[in-house]
Amino acid sequence: MKVKLRNPSREIEIAGPRRVHALLAKLQLNRESHLVICNGTLVPGDAELLDDDVVEIRPVISGGA
Amino acid sequence: MVAIGSKCRTCRGPAIIDLPRHNANFCAEHFMELCRRQVSKAIDHFKMLGRDDRILVAVSGGKDSLAVWDLLIDLGYEADGLYVGLGIGDYSETSAEYARAFAAGRGLNLIEVKLRDEYGYDIPTAAKATRRVPCSACGMSKRHIFDKVALDGDYTVLVTGHNLDDEAAVLFGNTLRWDVEYLARQLPVLEARNGFPKKVKPLVRLTERETAAWCIVRGIDYLVDECPMAAGNKHLAYKGALNTIEETSPGSKASFYFNFIDNMAPLLAGRAVADGQQLGSCSNCGAPTTGNVCAFCHLVETASAHAPVPVELVMRKGRGKR
Repeated sequence: MKVKLRNPSREIEIAGPRRVHALLAKLQLNRESHLVICNGTLVPGDAELLDDDVVEIRPVISGGA
Repeated sequence: MVAIGSKCRTCRGPAIIDLPRHNANFCAEHFMELCRRQVSKAIDHFKMLGRDDRILVAVSGGKDSLAVWDLLIDLGYEADGLYVGLGIGDYSETSAEYARAFAAGRGLNLIEVKLRDEYGYDIPTAAKATRRVPCSACGMSKRHIFDKVALDGDYTVLVTGHNLDDEAAVLFGNTLRWDVEYLARQLPVLEARNGFPKKVKPLVRLTERETAAWCIVRGIDYLVDECPMAAGNKHLAYKGALNTIEETSPGSKASFYFNFIDNMAPLLAGRAVADGQQLGSCSNCGAPTTGNVCAFCHLVETASAHAPVPVELVMRKGRGKR
């Protein structure tokens, strides 16, 4: 699947199927600091992502508050 | 994508988000209901807003400020927005576009103040000219303009988009230093005093993961990218540390902050620096100050006399915006 990451913006390819939590763990990303959007829709941690999905991992932490 | 077993706690339909601190999952409809309930609870419990208030929302184009503006309108309040153009290169240009698009799409009034146009400087230049950390010049500039526009416009309350993560991170930093005077004024409501407007933080019961999710569910486009001058700042490091704890112990951020508010803040009442100070008026702009000329006017004098500095020249790894 295509996985879009931010800060800096980049795209990587990860093999599916894979649960959202497992994807974040593989990328060593804290799930409290990120949301996962699959094909334009928010998905919970136990959703399974497939090879043809387009996934965005969106960081939610901002430092300018 | 194959949906697995997560069900909404309320309706048992497919969930779109898991919230470990609530030990629950929610569908879009009931996630929004949760957000509205949390914001209403904060507003009521801390006596933030009344229906007669004239509300001004400080808007940056990021998720929190657009979420709080949207939530207030959704809950039936009337509120105008205030955007401050900080002059941080493309970042500021893009953030302004998000703020304008949000306001225009909903028929809301957005007031804009550009530092360069109104005061003759921008944040990169201020940081260079004053040798301040960019976040310091930025925070001071925004606070002054928020206060001025609120008071000049007869707004009775200034709303900011500070969320639970923001408050917990600031509390964490102040606690690491046992900075009693700052701890004493870390409250979700600061009443109007000495020429300052009342300031409230209706998002203190929502994490920033939740405010970001609110924006996504509501179809609000916001600036996702981080301020280029914020990279590596302490505030981000504190948030990362707290989220590491939160991941293994859900609810830690909320208990850290709200137990402080319930148990410690009352013990610190009256200990804030400002509580004991007699403030005069700045001889230049009239803003409250302990000196003859306020810190903002000093900043303007120094920064506006300096040649404009592009943002790239003051971006430095490990230095930040706060």
